[in-house]
Amino acid sequence: VDYSPFLGIEKGAVLQEARVFNDPQLDPRRCSQVITKLLYLLNQGETFTKVEATEVFFAVTKLFQSRDMGLRRMVYVIIKELSPSADEVIIVTSSLMKDMTSKTDMYRANAIRVLCRITDGTLLTQIERYLKQAIVDKNPVVASAALVSGIHLLQTNPEIVKRWSNEVQEAVQSRAALVQFHALALLHQIRQNDRLAVNKLVSSLTRGSVRSPLAQCLLIRYTSQVIRESTNDTQTGDRPFYDFLEGCLRHKAEMVIFEAARAITELNGVTSRELTPAITVLQLFLSSSKPVLRFAAVRTLNKVAMSHPTAVTNCNIDMESLISDQNRSIATLAITTLLKTGNESSVDRLMKQITNFMSDIADEFKIVVVDAIRSLCLKFPLKHRSLMNFLSNILREEGGFEYKKAIVDSIVILIRDIPEAKESGLLHLCEFIEDCEFTYLSTQILHFLGIEGPKTSDPSKYIRYIYNRVHLENATVRAGAVSTLAKFGAMVDGLKPRIFVLLRRCLFDNDDEVRDRATLYLNTLGGDGAVVETDEGVKEFLFGSLDVPLVNLENSLKNYDPSEKAFDINTVPKDVKTQPLAEKKATSKKPTGLGAPPPGPPSTVDAYEKLLSSIPEFASFGKLFKSSAPVELTEAETEYAVNVVKHIFDGHVVFQYNCSNTIPEQLLENVTVIVDASEAEEFAEVDSKPLRQLPYDSPGQTFVAFEKPEGVSAVGKFSNMLRFIVKEVDPSTGEAEDDGVEDEYQLEDLELVAADYMLKVGVSNFRNAWESMGVDFEHVDEYGLGPRDSLAEAVNAVINLLGMQPCEGTEVVPPNSRSHTCLLSGVYIGNVKVLVRLQFGLDGPKDVAMKLAVRSEDETVSDAIHEIVASG
Amino acid sequence: ELCPLIKNILLLDSEGKRIAVKYYSDDWPTNSAKEAFEKAVFAKTQKTNARTDGKILLLHYDFSVNGRSVSLWETSSGSVARGVGEPFNGGGIVLGVSMLDAEITMFDNYVVVYKFVQDLHFFVTGGENENEIILAAVLQGFFDAVGLLLRGTVDKKEALENLDLILLCLDEIVDGGIILETDANVIAGKVASHSMDAGAPLSEQTITQALATAREHLTRSLLK
Repeated sequence: VDYSPFLGIEKGAVLQEARVFNDPQLDPRRCSQVITKLLYLLNQGETFTKVEATEVFFAVTKLFQSRDMGLRRMVYVIIKELSPSADEVIIVTSSLMKDMTSKTDMYRANAIRVLCRITDGTLLTQIERYLKQAIVDKNPVVASAALVSGIHLLQTNPEIVKRWSNEVQEAVQSRAALVQFHALALLHQIRQNDRLAVNKLVSSLTRGSVRSPLAQCLLIRYTSQVIRESTNDTQTGDRPFYDFLEGCLRHKAEMVIFEAARAITELNGVTSRELTPAITVLQLFLSSSKPVLRFAAVRTLNKVAMSHPTAVTNCNIDMESLISDQNRSIATLAITTLLKTGNESSVDRLMKQITNFMSDIADEFKIVVVDAIRSLCLKFPLKHRSLMNFLSNILREEGGFEYKKAIVDSIVILIRDIPEAKESGLLHLCEFIEDCEFTYLSTQILHFLGIEGPKTSDPSKYIRYIYNRVHLENATVRAGAVSTLAKFGAMVDGLKPRIFVLLRRCLFDNDDEVRDRATLYLNTLGGDGAVVETDEGVKEFLFGSLDVPLVNLENSLKNYDPSEKAFDINTVPKDVKTQPLAEKKATSKKPTGLGAPPPGPPSTVDAYEKLLSSIPEFASFGKLFKSSAPVELTEAETEYAVNVVKHIFDGHVVFQYNCSNTIPEQLLENVTVIVDASEAEEFAEVDSKPLRQLPYDSPGQTFVAFEKPEGVSAVGKFSNMLRFIVKEVDPSTGEAEDDGVEDEYQLEDLELVAADYMLKVGVSNFRNAWESMGVDFEHVDEYGLGPRDSLAEAVNAVINLLGMQPCEGTEVVPPNSRSHTCLLSGVYIGNVKVLVRLQFGLDGPKDVAMKLAVRSEDETVSDAIHEIVASG
Repeated sequence: ELCPLIKNILLLDSEGKRIAVKYYSDDWPTNSAKEAFEKAVFAKTQKTNARTDGKILLLHYDFSVNGRSVSLWETSSGSVARGVGEPFNGGGIVLGVSMLDAEITMFDNYVVVYKFVQDLHFFVTGGENENEIILAAVLQGFFDAVGLLLRGTVDKKEALENLDLILLCLDEIVDGGIILETDANVIAGKVASHSMDAGAPLSEQTITQALATAREHLTRSLLK
């Protein structure tokens, strides 16, 4: 039977009972019991009204008359819980001040804590004297009470607490461990804004007078902060205070050892020499019998594995035995660490171990594992079969939305990035929507199928899965399925008659949206369903991306009056304001998952292509090969902000200058950029397109086009001058004056480099690609790169110079390597595939030597790549 | 904030209901937010082996020093208390043996360390960057202090009947998130100080000696 002394307890009854506090003859035991009941109620989440709380508080103050120690303790606790108002505090102040000066240590310590908790600043000056005394009290409990109260009070009354520095400093030398800890915490907080003082504090204490493990942990944290803020002596490679941290690894308290090990792993730019002793200590923790130690160690190593995977590989054996750890948090961290540090040969073994363990961990851990597996697959594309299988297996098992979404996102990304995984991935997704309880995921997958499915070798095999949705699902999914069917019809001419049969059946659906979509598609795709090619314009209309901003479309639709005249989408302004935003997105990393824009060329290239082809002068330039990320031509926060995007065509280059005017009192007109191409001999200006108006805070573009030798990676330097007519604007009316003045504004120079002619295009399996490219147009040569800061720096420089896509994670140079091989792939102007194998080696202490092997589909291109390196 | 901070200390029963809880952080502003957190913590930690079904080891010995009668208790993790409460009748006794390490988990960006005994669940929560071993030290202090104060019978019934001791115990471990004390002996001693002879404290050596005697006594009685 579940017995409880508080069974059937009621607030009203307990408040009645509290009247015993007013008895002239106090019964300490009884009173303690009532306070316990009150505290129990508060602890259970019961609340007292203002009146009730005040009444209890006043009654409690009577209990100071009792000399019973146990009761006094309970009185202290309940006063803190009742958090009395300022005018109530006054009632107990004198009682508490009396206890603060009592001979009994326990009274002094507790009275300080209570009074400091409930007091406001005015009272503080009265008791300051006692507090300063208490800080250096012989009794450690009293000293700690005063110091901890000081830490709290520093937030509200810093100027008072700062006056206690001398006493606090004395307390730092206390022999009592906890006093030292509290004193150090307070002293640091008092001085935290004075970097020099903190520096001094750390350098004196690290010489060793700290006994308390908790205080030592604090000191380690303060030391790390000092290290972070001080500049490293890069000449000798010595880091101030590193020896102190390293010494703490041999401390006898585990909490200190761990604090130090963690601090070392988190040092900025930590070297592997610095890391080694910390990793060794953490490795020992991995095999501890204590779960907390194993967890702490594996969690730290997991973080280290992100930046220094090779440093952690020594722990892999210990880590593997943790996969079967009873504690699932530890097992999950071990798995994800191994997935980060593992190599290609260990993948299959790991996957087997993970499969056994997935069923008994929580969804949030599973998501972590799924994310780790996705990155592993991208790292080792050859392993896509077993990794994709794993994902499809767990997709079939029980799980919540976030977990399923993580799996689906991962499969989508693998399909996108690993061509070989495409067909099997799509089929896994098809099977998943057969039995998917999440509408959102079903519709997203259907949309994705509509884009990818028609491009596969046998699109017809997906139709069954899609059409099943029309029978079995809710209206949202059915509508999505109809659109996907239509896409297959539009893209695959052979399937058209069959798709039409299916779409016609959808005309009888009981949902409006589904019927409307079916009708629309049947009509626009050419109603009779003959095997004919779908008109490009129709495809574009149905499935292309919208070429007007959604906000503008929404506004125009709102303003549209339903009338005889149909709504014309061409009347929607193609507002240029959104352009800079789209460009910012272009520089951010690759989109992930289903929420991201469709595959193929990134959407910004689409946007650029559309923009450029809408300008008749540039229409004849042919297909856009590449658009660079925007290059800033002005300093931040200048009057006019200009950046430029370099658009590369086969025989032309177009510079798109994105300009914005940050002066509210000015309107710029007829804005052009005057380009001096005297240092770019192979280029001849053929056209320019001025910007008619550039009002305040409304960006616009002007273009300049050059002709260049076809298919050649001509390079050069261009100097730019912004020219415009400036008109004063009356800020009150926003109207510009009629007359303007011509003015110029110097912009920074712009360079066209070889990398501008290279598209970053990855290959999933470099070795296969390399072998099949063959040696026909291979060109190998060696180069000395001279003295470099590090191997990694040299590798990065060459990658940037060539502008190619690093493959299989080879852009990362393990610390302390003497040599490194880096694999790159790309597409060179003229759509020529290029593969590069770079072998770096240290030649002497700093000199880097490089062997460059290029294979491509064209001999001149192979030579051109060498030319880039030779001249770079 | 560089100082180690405790976000909360929870003592729940076998259904996840509160025995006593203390929050030191504004992360859970309302009672329902607190209850939701407790529910989540309880659910997350049920599938673990942080539980011991036996009682915790508590060595108890009564002896006399300088003509004064003294009681000593020692927990499985080596925490020692003296003169707490009324002495038991007769010599050293073992109330079940079970060594038990704290377990740990992480969720919602909190690190939670925990220990279960009988129908009591002890939790200590810290922020995601907190040193796990410091949190475990706080938990151990709380767990052992409660063991000492309840004199080995650590279960829900006993805890509720001595709720005043548990609440005082929480009050002595952490103040506004800052660790006050992690030594179970000191914590239990402070809580029970009204029944302690404050005038003449025993030296550490006397205690060590007394314990050695107690352990020897115990070993002999077990071997019989």
